[in-house]
Order: sequence, then structure tokens, then C-alpha cells
Amino acid sequence: MRVHADLIIAGFRRYSTYRQAMLAGMTTNVVFGLLRAAVLTAAVRTASGTIAAYDIAATYTYVWLGQGLLGFVLLWGDTTLATRVRTGDVVVDLYRPWNLQTAMLAEDVGRAGYAVVTRLVPPIAFGALLFPFRWPEHPLTWPLFVVSALLALVTCYGVRFLINLATFWLLDNRGLVSFWNVTSGLLCGMVVPVAFYPGWAQVALWATPFPALLQAPINVFLERDYFSLAHQAFWAVALLVAGHLVLRRAVRKVVVQGG
Amino acid sequence: MIEVRQLRREFRVASKKGRFRREYKTVVAVDDVSFDVAAGEAVGYVGPNGAGKSTTIKMLTGILVPTGGTVRVNGVDPARQRKELARRIGVVFGQRSQLWWDLPLRDSFALLRSIYRVNSSDHGKRLEECVDLLELAPFLDTPVRQLSLGQRMRGEVTAALLHAPELLVLDEPTIGLDLESKERLREFLAGLNRRGTTLLLTTHDLDDIERLCPRLMVIDHGTVLADGPLAELRAEVTPERVLVIDLREPLNLPPLPGVTEVRSEAGGLRHHLTFRRAETTAAALITEVVRHVEVHDLAVVEPEIDDVVRRLYARTSAATDSTPDVVDL
Repeated sequence: MRVHADLIIAGFRRYSTYRQAMLAGMTTNVVFGLLRAAVLTAAVRTASGTIAAYDIAATYTYVWLGQGLLGFVLLWGDTTLATRVRTGDVVVDLYRPWNLQTAMLAEDVGRAGYAVVTRLVPPIAFGALLFPFRWPEHPLTWPLFVVSALLALVTCYGVRFLINLATFWLLDNRGLVSFWNVTSGLLCGMVVPVAFYPGWAQVALWATPFPALLQAPINVFLERDYFSLAHQAFWAVALLVAGHLVLRRAVRKVVVQGG
Repeated sequence: MIEVRQLRREFRVASKKGRFRREYKTVVAVDDVSFDVAAGEAVGYVGPNGAGKSTTIKMLTGILVPTGGTVRVNGVDPARQRKELARRIGVVFGQRSQLWWDLPLRDSFALLRSIYRVNSSDHGKRLEECVDLLELAPFLDTPVRQLSLGQRMRGEVTAALLHAPELLVLDEPTIGLDLESKERLREFLAGLNRRGTTLLLTTHDLDDIERLCPRLMVIDHGTVLADGPLAELRAEVTPERVLVIDLREPLNLPPLPGVTEVRSEAGGLRHHLTFRRAETTAAALITEVVRHVEVHDLAVVEPEIDDVVRRLYARTSAATDSTPDVVDL
């Protein structure tokens, strides 16, 4: 436990050394937020004010929350482990007396902690100050949103861990990463809210972990439903278990077959 | 400390044959290697690239499972009890870092303390000692990515020692370092060994061995070619030594017992006398020379360690023709 607490702090400190990168990321999030908000609210207006129970304020809130959560859960751009596998540095990680999966999760929680200040809050504050915004009505929504955001983080980490682990077999997981970058935005409710899709597609999507990454915390914040939390909890656990098993196979592959 | 018996490691290497077919070929990286290392020893493990050094080290640290044979390190089977073993031995991979790239060196040490669960007073004491001996103080607060290679290596060695391992395994610790950094590191490792830590190091730099390791193991094509004290190996493979004498005035030397070759320089002022260890000693030869001529200066030249190793490689390279192509992790 002690180790993980220290790793969380280390993760926070590691990312806090890259201030310019954070600033650039934040600016990008805000600029793309403006673009997305313009397109989506235009659509909502032409549809006489609401689409799938998203009115103008809810749409703005959806966009700015999404822009903030994007950097918090780190949907794209985590290649640390894949690089270490490719270069062979992963030997050092495998050799340590620790659990690689939970250790990296702890570091990621630290990173996300820094991202709260630099990536999550700024776009939301920006949107809330300058555009119509839908704040939660029940006070209980706030703690539930925190839980939901954390579950989104763990779920996202679970997916990233698996994608990175694929490097043990593929040697180069860049193709897989590109595929993920293209599809994830569409499937997790980043491009448009999942509720905009036809009924059958929504059912199909909620059977996958994708909505847990972004749509679920937004649903909780907008007080649309709380089912999302159960969905997230299920996938967070399922992905961590899958990651654990795949890591074991990967280690076996390295140790027995020799990489 | 280390007990290795008939150790063998094979790799299956795939090569493409046509569009879909693949052919697998078994390559033997380590073949029938046996040795013991006692507590407190310092052993050098040398061999050309692809000889099987790193593969052996990986099996000793539990990162690879042997295909055959047994390994015991500190009484445990490394592959089965990798994590228990990790707490008791230290490993430095010269070309891999175990430090956190973006954090100050000091932070990496603190993280390793909690990962290895070392109590804080022991950790503090050891860190202080390393900071002192390796002169880490000026860059303890510098992020690792900004350290020079020499500074980083000193950090790596410290990182491997903070949990007080009884055995330190170093895989090419001096690779890429300048002469001064090498010397400083060797001096530190020599001191560490004197204070009781067992050392096993692989290297291409034979000065490392000369300086640190009374015992040398030479491996090539996955088998141990030689194992013993450096001095003995030298006598065995290079049975000849050279006595260089400078005379006061040019003279031709009379035939001397035990001398197999005489090479003269500077018009007879300097003579290189090659003699066999088995037939005469340097002292006897010098006495004999002095009886005949007036000597200005003399020196006994030992064969270079590179020479010893080169001859060891040459001795068996004719025996095998398949070069094992070791897949490095």
C-alpha cells in the first residue's frame, strides 16, 4: 500500500515537470471544445432545441466535460509500457519485487491527479463561465461524479494497459494504437453523445467498456442515469482482471520463450 | 552463492518461408554451463557478442527459465522465486535504466526504498555511504534525464545497492564510460567486494576484469571455455613472456637457455627476449644476461589480457561453426 502511495506522488511529480506540454494540451482541449460546441449546438438548434433530451445547456456541458475528462482519463497517447517492451527496458520492470499492473496504475492515478488541475478543471471552468451550463441539482451528484470519473480513469487505464501489452506479441503496436485512436472517440461518446445513436447501436455500445470511459461520468454529472456507475464498476474490474491475466501470459512468454 | 549445473537455454527462432509458411529453428544460446561462485568472490564473465553472457545473467536473475539444468542463487531457484530473490540481489544492466527518467535522482532512491521495503534508517545509512564514495551529492537533485552517462551509472549502481544485496550482478557496467568514470566505478566496486559483497560482472572491457576480478570465466558459443584465476589462464594460453633489456652499448647477445626468440632494435641497444615460462624464470634469465653484458634497464612484459582472451576464443572457434544468435530482450 505504502509503495502505491509513493508511486501516486511520483506520478504526480513526473507529470508536473512538463508544464509546457500540459499548457499545450489544455489549450488544444479548449480550442477543440469551441469547435465541437459550435457544431453540436448548431445541430441541437436546428432540431428545435433538443436531441435525445440534450438541450443547449446540456450540450455545452457535455462538450466541456468531455474535453476535460479526455486528458484526465488519458484516452490517447499512453505508450510508456509499449516503448519499454520494444526497447527491452521492461526487463527492469519485470524484475522488481512489485506488481507491475498496480504499480503503473498508481503512477497513472498520480498523473491524473495533476491532470485534474491542468486538464480537467480549466476547460470546464472555461465553458461554465462563457456558455450556458447545466450544474447538478442534487448535492449527491458531486461525489458520484468523482467516483464515476475515477472509475473512468481505471477503466481507461485497463484498456491502455492491454493495448500496451499487445506489444509483447506484436513487437510494434502502432497499428493497434491508430485503430484505437480512430474508433475510441466515436464509441465512447466523444464525438457525439451515445444517446444520439439509434437504439440498437446504444444497446450494443453499452455492452462494451467504451461508454464507461467518457459518456458515463457525463451522464452522472447531467443526472441522466446512475446505471452508468454499475456499468463502469463492472468494466473497471473486468479489464483489470484481463490485464492481470494477459500480463501473466506476457511474462510467461518472455521468461519461457525468451521474448 | 551461485550454483549452476549443466545449464542450457534454447530459443526458437522463426524465419519466414514464403508468404504464410514459417520455419522454426532451435538455436542454443547456452549449452552445458556449470560453475559455482562462492560468497565474497568477484568473478568476471567475458565473451564476444552473442556468446551467451546476457542469457546466463537473465537465468541467474530469474528473467529467463532454463531449458535444462539447474540454477541456485542464494539457495533459491531464480525463475520460481524471482521476487524473493530480487530483494536479496542487486542487478545493474548497463544499457537499461532502473531510475525514473523525469524525477530527481533522490526521488528514484526513495521510490526504490518503498518498492524494496527497506527500513528508513538502513536505507539512509547506505545511501549516505554511496553518496560519499561515488560523489553523488552535486547531482542528487537533478532529474535523471539531465545526468551524464557517468553520473547516471553511479546512480544505477547506488540504486542496485540500497537494499543491501549480498550479490551484485553487473551486465556491462562500464559500457560507454570515459576512462575516469570507469576508474572511479571500478574503485568503488573493488571496495564493495572487499567489504563482502559478491560480484559477478560481464564486460567487454578487459581492464574491468584486470582491476576487479581475480577470477575469470570465458564463454563463447554458449559453453565455458575457461574458468580460473586470471594469472593461471594467462600462463596456460600464453606460455611465453617477454624480457626487454636495454644495454649501455650495442652488443649481440650470446645464446641463452630457455629463450625461443630474440628481436633486436636500435642497432643492438634494445633486445626483446621471448622465453617459455615452463623452461626458465624471469629471475634466472636476468641473472644469466647480467653475467654477459652490462644492462642499463629491463622490463618483463606480461601478455595483454586481450591477447589471453583472443587466444582462448581462437582455441575453440574451429570446433563449432554455428554461431548462436541470441535474441536479446
